[in-house]
Amino acid sequence: MTVSQNHAEPLPTTRRSVFVEGMHDGLPIALGYFVVSFTLGIAARNAGLSPFEGFLASLLNNASAGEYAGFTVIAAGGTYIELAILTLIANARYMLMSCVVSQRFAPGTSIWHRLFVGFDVTDEIFGLTIARPGLLNPYYNYGVMAVAMPGWSVGTLCGVVAGNLLPLVATSALSVALYGMFIWVIIPPAKQDHMVAALIAVSFAASWLAANLPVVADISSGTRTIILTLVLAGLGAWLKPVADEPELADSQPLADETATGYPDDGLDAEQGDAPAPTLYPATTLSETERYDLNHDNYRGGDF
Amino acid sequence: MSHSIMGYIAVMSIVTILIRILPLTLIRRQIKNRFLRSFLYYVPYVTLAVMTFPAITEATQIPAAGTAALVIGIALAWIGASLFKVSAACCLTVFAVEALLL
Repeated sequence: MTVSQNHAEPLPTTRRSVFVEGMHDGLPIALGYFVVSFTLGIAARNAGLSPFEGFLASLLNNASAGEYAGFTVIAAGGTYIELAILTLIANARYMLMSCVVSQRFAPGTSIWHRLFVGFDVTDEIFGLTIARPGLLNPYYNYGVMAVAMPGWSVGTLCGVVAGNLLPLVATSALSVALYGMFIWVIIPPAKQDHMVAALIAVSFAASWLAANLPVVADISSGTRTIILTLVLAGLGAWLKPVADEPELADSQPLADETATGYPDDGLDAEQGDAPAPTLYPATTLSETERYDLNHDNYRGGDF
Repeated sequence: MSHSIMGYIAVMSIVTILIRILPLTLIRRQIKNRFLRSFLYYVPYVTLAVMTFPAITEATQIPAAGTAALVIGIALAWIGASLFKVSAACCLTVFAVEALLL
């Protein structure tokens, strides 16, 4: 794929607007994070962490179940090995998510973008990332991270400091904000793709069963999520593989572009270039082109 | 062997960060295998759905509130409401249901 290198136009503006868009979308996440990590801070406090240590743990880990599991090991005075294994199990789903995200990067994206975006692949930020059609724009993720990470780490800090201060009514209501976001991510694509709709319904049912069946319910929720994901996504891939050729893509839009596209920078797609091979049907040439324009480190012809 | 809090934090942080960045830095190309591509395409929907239900019903003080939030959220997302609206409506639903029933 050949790439025109001489579109040097409004880079800062576009990057900034993509970044701001990310911050905007990240606000509900930051809010939900603050509440959830506030309760996490209480667990950290019980494990003997100082406010700064709680802050640091959350800033570096950005993981709810993983951190909670970690704090229980710390509270019990467990070994480093034990802590490492438990963290690995509780957070293993992020490995799957990162595999998915790896396919959204333009080939040739610098290692730094991969590292920084990868650093904060959380359930929620992953949800936002895949809701965008086409290639991933790291600056969008950075925008989300700019509000979500303080929300998470400062929330933990406040939880350690203040303990049980937030009224229960508020905690209860705000705790569903993150689930609202998951719903917002998965439902619109289900309207167009019946396999996605079927998988969501089956996932709900299977997840409920797994949480209530005698033996299975004893498995940690993180592990249950991994097992169900492997089985059900595998089933979907076996029953209805995605289109092999990127050209077939347009018949199967992933998400409503008008609702989720990047801010329009007024640049039209150039005809003639082959579309980038992509896993995600909704990738449009113009999206790819815009991405190219926004990333000076892009090297074409890698595949 | 003595364990310090900072040591604990270092261990859990290193493990978590490696889990996230290894796939991103090792998988640098588009995956060609059709089954694998299809699998990764479906992963997000299954993962997020599994994490949403029944967890949303357990996050609230009473399951009915979380269930109502799920239904309202799905309805709003279906008709194309924005992220903020869906999230806020879920919170308000919980607040309303709990105010009524508690």
